[in-house]
Amino acid sequence: MSPRLVPASDDPIGPGATTPITILVNGDPVDGVLGQTLAGVLLASDTLSWRTTPLSGRRRGAFCGIGVCFDCLVVVNGQRDVRACQRRARAGDVVEFHLAPAPPRSDRGE
Amino acid sequence: MSEVVVIGAGPAGLAAALAARAAGSRVVVLDASDYVGGQYWRHLPPERPARHESLLHHGWSRFQSLREALEGDSGCEVVTSANVWAIDRGRIHVLVGEADGVDRETRVYEPDALVLATGAFDRVLPVPGWDLPGVFSAGGAQALAKGERVAVGKRVAVAGSGPFLLPVAESLVHAGSGVVGVYEASHAARLARQWTTRPWELLATSAKTLELARYASTLARHRIPYVTGHAVTAIEGSERVESVTVSAVDGSWRPIAGSERSLEVDAVCLGHGFTPRLELAIAAGCRLTKDRFVDVDDEQRTSVASVFAAGEITGIGGVDLALVEGSLAGHVAAGGRLSDPAMRRLRLRRHALSQFAQRLGRAHGIGQNWTTWLTDETIVCRCEDVTLARLRAATDSTRSSGLRSLKLLTRAGLGPCQGRVCGRSVEAILGRVSDSRSADSSITDRRPIAVPIRLGELAAVERPGSVVE
Amino acid sequence: MKVLIIGAGIIGAACARSLARRGATVTVVDRGAVASGTSAACEGNLLVSDKAPGVELELAKYSLELWGSLRDELAAEIGTAFASIEYERKGGVVVASDEPGAEALARFADSQRLAGVDARQLSATEARVLEPELSASIASAVYYPEDAQVQPTIATEALLASARAAGAQVVADTSVTGALRERDGRLVGVTTSNGSIAADHVIVAAGPWSGDVARSLGATLYVGPRKGLLLVMARMPQRIWHKVYDTSYVGAVQSDERDLQTSTVIESTASGTVLIGSSRQNVGFDGSIDVAVLREMAAKAIRLMPFLRDASVIRAYGGFRPFSRDHLPVIGPDPDVAGLWYATGHEGAGIGLALGTAELLAATLVGESPRLSLDPFAPGRASLRGTA
Repeated sequence: MSPRLVPASDDPIGPGATTPITILVNGDPVDGVLGQTLAGVLLASDTLSWRTTPLSGRRRGAFCGIGVCFDCLVVVNGQRDVRACQRRARAGDVVEFHLAPAPPRSDRGE
Repeated sequence: MSEVVVIGAGPAGLAAALAARAAGSRVVVLDASDYVGGQYWRHLPPERPARHESLLHHGWSRFQSLREALEGDSGCEVVTSANVWAIDRGRIHVLVGEADGVDRETRVYEPDALVLATGAFDRVLPVPGWDLPGVFSAGGAQALAKGERVAVGKRVAVAGSGPFLLPVAESLVHAGSGVVGVYEASHAARLARQWTTRPWELLATSAKTLELARYASTLARHRIPYVTGHAVTAIEGSERVESVTVSAVDGSWRPIAGSERSLEVDAVCLGHGFTPRLELAIAAGCRLTKDRFVDVDDEQRTSVASVFAAGEITGIGGVDLALVEGSLAGHVAAGGRLSDPAMRRLRLRRHALSQFAQRLGRAHGIGQNWTTWLTDETIVCRCEDVTLARLRAATDSTRSSGLRSLKLLTRAGLGPCQGRVCGRSVEAILGRVSDSRSADSSITDRRPIAVPIRLGELAAVERPGSVVE
Repeated sequence: MKVLIIGAGIIGAACARSLARRGATVTVVDRGAVASGTSAACEGNLLVSDKAPGVELELAKYSLELWGSLRDELAAEIGTAFASIEYERKGGVVVASDEPGAEALARFADSQRLAGVDARQLSATEARVLEPELSASIASAVYYPEDAQVQPTIATEALLASARAAGAQVVADTSVTGALRERDGRLVGVTTSNGSIAADHVIVAAGPWSGDVARSLGATLYVGPRKGLLLVMARMPQRIWHKVYDTSYVGAVQSDERDLQTSTVIESTASGTVLIGSSRQNVGFDGSIDVAVLREMAAKAIRLMPFLRDASVIRAYGGFRPFSRDHLPVIGPDPDVAGLWYATGHEGAGIGLALGTAELLAATLVGESPRLSLDPFAPGRASLRGTA
């Protein structure tokens, strides 16, 4: 199983108390803590990929981790194109995965 | 009192803000992240306190003192979650609110001086399979370790080039990951040549040398091999990373046939140097160097009046150089002089550090034949699924020389990341690196909309940015 | 016959193909790369809807007919492996947002119908059947099924590839620096940054830079830049099905205003993104992206299609249209310099008018009789003079 959250009990930095939150991911509740980004919550819940590319449906998740690559886009509370690695999770956030739209149209006559 | 706006709250930006305050200006610091520190001091949010967080960082006390000095200063406003999305004739357009939100607060600033300290991000060269889930940029894996306490894998390969691979390996170890090896594509002989032919240049940077020695001991303690002259040349897996192929490479990074071996891993971290974040500098009209960094003079002035630049966008130099450049830029932006006594030591230090940075750059520069590890099916543009074969077919069928046209033909670089990840690789593959004759030369880095913005936010009326009282 | 074409945009590419296929020896020269100017900074409109009855509409109808058969012709000429030109006969929906606008639009459509344009009057409700995302407050619309679109850069490259297959040569990164003249003044070639090129005829197809090129050849042409900006939205599931624009677009196309004008044009592209235009500004070759202009375009687009409010803008780009004062293209011989020809000044309609322009000019040059008279487009006409 990977990736994973560093277990607080093993973490040399001595983590303090946190506030649990729950978000909905494609309708299913997923637990996290306040202060995590959506990518943090997803990765910590053993979700490695959460988007497919629009053209060939290849899987994507977090890649650059700093808001540059746009691989990690999710739909949050109905809003498309949200970078999961940049958006902090809030209790009750409704997260859906970007599904690949229909294949591109071209050369279509009337 | 003059007003200085600093964009970027990493080491360079924070140092610039402090220096500008010391020189008597009001200061506004804008950063897109929720917390200051930049990528270097990426840390846990206040909702997740930790007693010994400093274990994860270098220079943590320096960061704490910079942050406290600025946050406790009524003449300085630090605005986080502030996305600067355009600069237009000296007007800085900002959205303040949660990342990629809607109806965020719109502001516009027109300061007396601007310091750009927008930093850099990992350059990751395409490798067959690099788009599999479980492959991360080196900086991404580190950001997840430091900012989320997420370990990206149990058995992780770190590969690419440059001294940054070492702190990444260290961050992985501190998150409990096993690192199967650090693979540095440059050869030991080249590294040694640049590191020791001019030993006097190391004197002024002894702290940096000590830091490198510390990484070496971390690697040794955890029995992590540091292998030079080797690269991850393929990544395998069906739905996620399962293994990597590590190959010996020659001095030009061409894989040596027969040297391949396979390693079972569940994550890969790749970093082949850094790409400066240039879009705001380009929007502000700043001239670039031929290596495509922001061109600055001794006073950290860009080619545009009252616009300064500091840190990685002026050349990849690391945290110490960024701090020094930031201090100089902030001081001059606030009306101080380079000849002021306090600046003398900084100028000498900048000189020494930049010599050191140039040597690192020469030692770890990208080998020109990296493209030989690509296959026809390798994805080059991750956003639009553009393969090497498709790029090559476009050049063959058009015999076109235009980067813009080839991008439109293949859609390489036109997806959500707007070529941030693949842009320079596409140029290298097409053989069109900075052709100065063509108007194309900076097109990969030119993004007038520096970060996506909702149409409704674009349509909204802007408020003048708050001025510190 | 040796023909030199200056400019490797859509017009130059189309002229190269039309001439090469007629047996001319064609060289295309461009100071930059192929399709690196206006043809790479536009939407690829093939419209009849925005044109009032007259010679330009006739040229547009002829061109549209040629575009309709181009895909199959190209397949024979350059093969099917070449990237698709994304030709789509998507149709246009022109929207009137108030009653006075609706009356003006209905009259305009009536006149177009008399000129043979398929223009179908729609009520607001009918318009929302075609385009469900249209604002609830619109007054009426007219549907133009003949309006179409191509990917302009790919189309330019494809036309040039076809021209090359017919023997044409393309010389990039080469600037024209001056004229080669006979004693009697006839133009017999040009000097360039890479040596001189001899030709029996020289065609200037340099878009908004055509006036400058003409000057460098010792001629005078009143064609210059008119700046436009475009917004590109992130890819989204398709919700816009036609080219949708408001009635002010027609006014803006025909206008002489030097000041900023914006009018709404919205459409989705074959790759799934949405383009939002448009602006018109006579500000010379100042290519900067002006946020105030983008803001006005954004506000108007949201008024027409409110759902766009939450869509993400990922890019903005600007370009220059080749502007002529009387809004007609400039096609034909220079009135003073023998051997010098023009194919330029199409403003925002260059992609749509390219194939017809090229066929008319090529036919004239080789002595065939062109399908339409070039007289209304004559470079020497009085209505063109003045500052461009």
